[in-house]
Amino acid sequence: MSADLERTRSWSGSEERRSFADLASDLLAKAKRSGATEADVLIADGETFSVQVRLGTVDRLTKAREKHLGLRVFVGKRSASTSTSDFTTDSLSQLVTETCALAKAVVEDQVSGLPAADQMAEERLDLDLYDSTRLNTEQQIELAKRVEAAAMSMDDRVTNSEGGDFDSSSGRVVLGNSHGFLGEYQSSSFSMSVSPIATDPETGAMQRDYWYDVQRKFAKLDSPEAVGLEAARRTVRKLGAKKVATQRVPVVFDAETAGSLMGNLCSAVSGYALYKGASFLAGQLGKSLAPEYVTVYDDGRVVGGLGSRPFDGEGLPTRKTTVVEGGVLKSYLLDTYSGRKLGLASTGNASRSVGENPSVGPTNFFLAPGAKTAQDIIKTVKEGLYVTDLIGFGINMVTGDYSRGAAGFWIEGGELAYPVEEITIAGNLKDMFAGIEMIGNDLKFRGRIASPTVKIAEMMVAGN
Amino acid sequence: MGELVQLTSFGLTEGEVLGALGRVKVRNVDYADFYFESCVSESVSMEESLVKRATKSVSQGVGVRATAGEKTGFAYSDELTKKDLELAADTARYIANSPSGTETIPVPVCRRPTRDLYPIERAQAEVATADRVSLLNAIDAEARRYDSRIKNVMASFNTEYKVVMVATSDGTLIGDVQPLSRLQVTCIAEENGQRQVGSFGGGGRVGFVFYHEGDRYLRFAREAAREAILNLSAVEAPAGAMPVVLGGGWPGILLHEAIGHGLEADFNRKKTSAFSNLLGKRVASDVCTIVDDGTIPGRRGSLNMDDEGTATGRTILIEQGILRGYITDKLNARLMDIPLTGNGRRESYQSVVLPRMTNTFMLAGTSDPEEIIRSVDRGLYAVSFGGGQVDITNGKFVFSASEAYLIEGGKVTRPVKGATLIGSGPEILTKVSMVGHDLKLDEGIGTCGKEGQSVPVGVGLPTIRIDEITVGGTQS
Repeated sequence: MSADLERTRSWSGSEERRSFADLASDLLAKAKRSGATEADVLIADGETFSVQVRLGTVDRLTKAREKHLGLRVFVGKRSASTSTSDFTTDSLSQLVTETCALAKAVVEDQVSGLPAADQMAEERLDLDLYDSTRLNTEQQIELAKRVEAAAMSMDDRVTNSEGGDFDSSSGRVVLGNSHGFLGEYQSSSFSMSVSPIATDPETGAMQRDYWYDVQRKFAKLDSPEAVGLEAARRTVRKLGAKKVATQRVPVVFDAETAGSLMGNLCSAVSGYALYKGASFLAGQLGKSLAPEYVTVYDDGRVVGGLGSRPFDGEGLPTRKTTVVEGGVLKSYLLDTYSGRKLGLASTGNASRSVGENPSVGPTNFFLAPGAKTAQDIIKTVKEGLYVTDLIGFGINMVTGDYSRGAAGFWIEGGELAYPVEEITIAGNLKDMFAGIEMIGNDLKFRGRIASPTVKIAEMMVAGN
Repeated sequence: MGELVQLTSFGLTEGEVLGALGRVKVRNVDYADFYFESCVSESVSMEESLVKRATKSVSQGVGVRATAGEKTGFAYSDELTKKDLELAADTARYIANSPSGTETIPVPVCRRPTRDLYPIERAQAEVATADRVSLLNAIDAEARRYDSRIKNVMASFNTEYKVVMVATSDGTLIGDVQPLSRLQVTCIAEENGQRQVGSFGGGGRVGFVFYHEGDRYLRFAREAAREAILNLSAVEAPAGAMPVVLGGGWPGILLHEAIGHGLEADFNRKKTSAFSNLLGKRVASDVCTIVDDGTIPGRRGSLNMDDEGTATGRTILIEQGILRGYITDKLNARLMDIPLTGNGRRESYQSVVLPRMTNTFMLAGTSDPEEIIRSVDRGLYAVSFGGGQVDITNGKFVFSASEAYLIEGGKVTRPVKGATLIGSGPEILTKVSMVGHDLKLDEGIGTCGKEGQSVPVGVGLPTIRIDEITVGGTQS
């Protein structure tokens, strides 16, 4: 065992990477000897490289490799979790002892424990999450410069910039448990963004926006020019924004802000919020939540998806879950623990950061697209609000009460009339989901959660 | 010059650290530093009357930084061997576009911070798990005893024990030990099929005894239960622009969002802040004086030194309504040629230093809090808040009330549901017409996020009257 750990310490090359599996097995054996009845080990390592360019010159360059190991033990029905970035033999031995001692200090929890042994992911699935493309420092600086230059060149009113960024990262996850499960996968990500600032030539007032793309494959990224131009377009159109009078109107959420509504839905169907009674959707399984044209999926097996993974944070196979179908709430998102609390099976949604207990997280969570373009949807609104920005945290997940800062455009006669800011939109998420009138055809993933444009029948807009 | 105790805990010699510094501080590099950090965090949590989760996390590493003009090169490693330090140094100095080679570094002055704002022995910071467990059990019992409509109590106790050491090319080798803890309670109340939530918490750079002083932990439990029960009877919040009275303490999040972020030097150097050209100008009414103060003993936002080894201080941001200063780190103070305020902070060795707030608050005024409420005919009285956020560039900010009441005819009447308040940073404080004599700092729960980095902060406020701000309720 110590030989393997010595190799791990050296921290380079493929030999050391292979040894993570051995390291996991060794720790599991050690945990058993220290009194653990069950255990699992999660090891994550990776490297990141990020470049920020501002006004054409490099502002910040960051490079790092890191590794982290998390251990969870069960002593009967008691459990504890620990983590460390120190992989030396002594430190890891101490970690095992401490974790078992910590578990003995908490109370028994009848539903705690690993998933059943026969449920573990078996097939070795390649979801195409990894791209071996390595960009050198100069290439990456060049891409960040291009995305910013494109944004700065589009319009004279773009006068400044918070910077153009290009990031690349890759990593590996190894998960092993005392059932004998041992899985691993590699993944990578490439992202690009730019945040231009536009100045109103008359008033001197400034507006900032940004645009971005993120992909697991370098070749799939939008061009820096396309990202930069979109960022500039989104920024310049905000100039001259004003407040509007307080009133109740239809609200159209653009795809980005509609994605945040899907994020709210995702939190509300999380098993942990539900069994604690901390979700407004507690007890709503099988009930109608939205009109019949609303369908929501969580799909962990989208090839190349940003939220895809072959197995979840407990080693259970991921899958495609229909969360809402025909407007009816069909499934919660669950891991083993929250599922047992609710008397339901896990949906393979255990999300795990090293050193934490599993929680529930989305894989690729999305509202199925409709047929209409965003333009068509805006055309149906005589007077209302088109939301492009939301700020703040004014959501009560227990009641569904919703009140957030917003900015966007006022719609008059089916057209975007002028930009608006310093307003709030308020309602209740239950009413908002029930009030979905139209769904756009513009679904695109730039993260784990996505939505097309959504129109909601009516919300309270507060301004003057 | 004595040997710095932190050197030993990182298993390094002064020679090794200086050697690595020399490697990164090449000719074209203006400034370089190494930040060594070791952190142990522990958490115990309870729900459904069971203390069933315990976690512990250990991390250690070094962040290396080189700045040249406006450029920053940064690398970090979770290994502290000589080879790892050199590798990180080579990455960091890439930014300066300089040939490799070494430069002589001034022999550093080893020192301890001049202040000791949190004199807590390790033994006091480390609490036996059994003691944490009984604390949480007592909280559960107290909240349920408060009202039988409390159906679930969730509580967690988190501690962090951080040892840091900073070695800089301007000749400082300095270390600090930074304990931090926080107790958080959330209650769910249920009545006639309606559920509501209430939260309360607090902490600081304090020992475990803090939570027992005056049975503070039981008060936290009752406050969380009280808010949940109160919200059961809350009516719809009003919508539109109206006068708002903010209570003392945590509502100081207003200052953090409305002006604090906008006065961080990086945004002003880049001229991307709504406050960029307002130094010396009026941005608040003359009853407003606002400071950022990292030197208050035991507070969550306090530090003996910032993460560049600079002693923290008390910085006047706004004096009787006039914008007086920005908060700075070394890079921005140097580039802008303005005073260094000791606000260079980072979440961990894995993140770069940014100018960040410590404890930000408004000084007490002369008004009687009761009189402030009586002065409002129809408006909102907000005493507790969730989070907030700001758009630095256009200055629009929000913060969301979690406990608020209607003011009708100069009297506090019915509780209303949570609502977001939105305003414009450079304007909102000009609408503050009354400031109470009851300055209160928050209980110690704030965590500020910037560029993906979280750092602990504090806020404070006396009772104030804002003549007009937009309230995001649902009732017109």
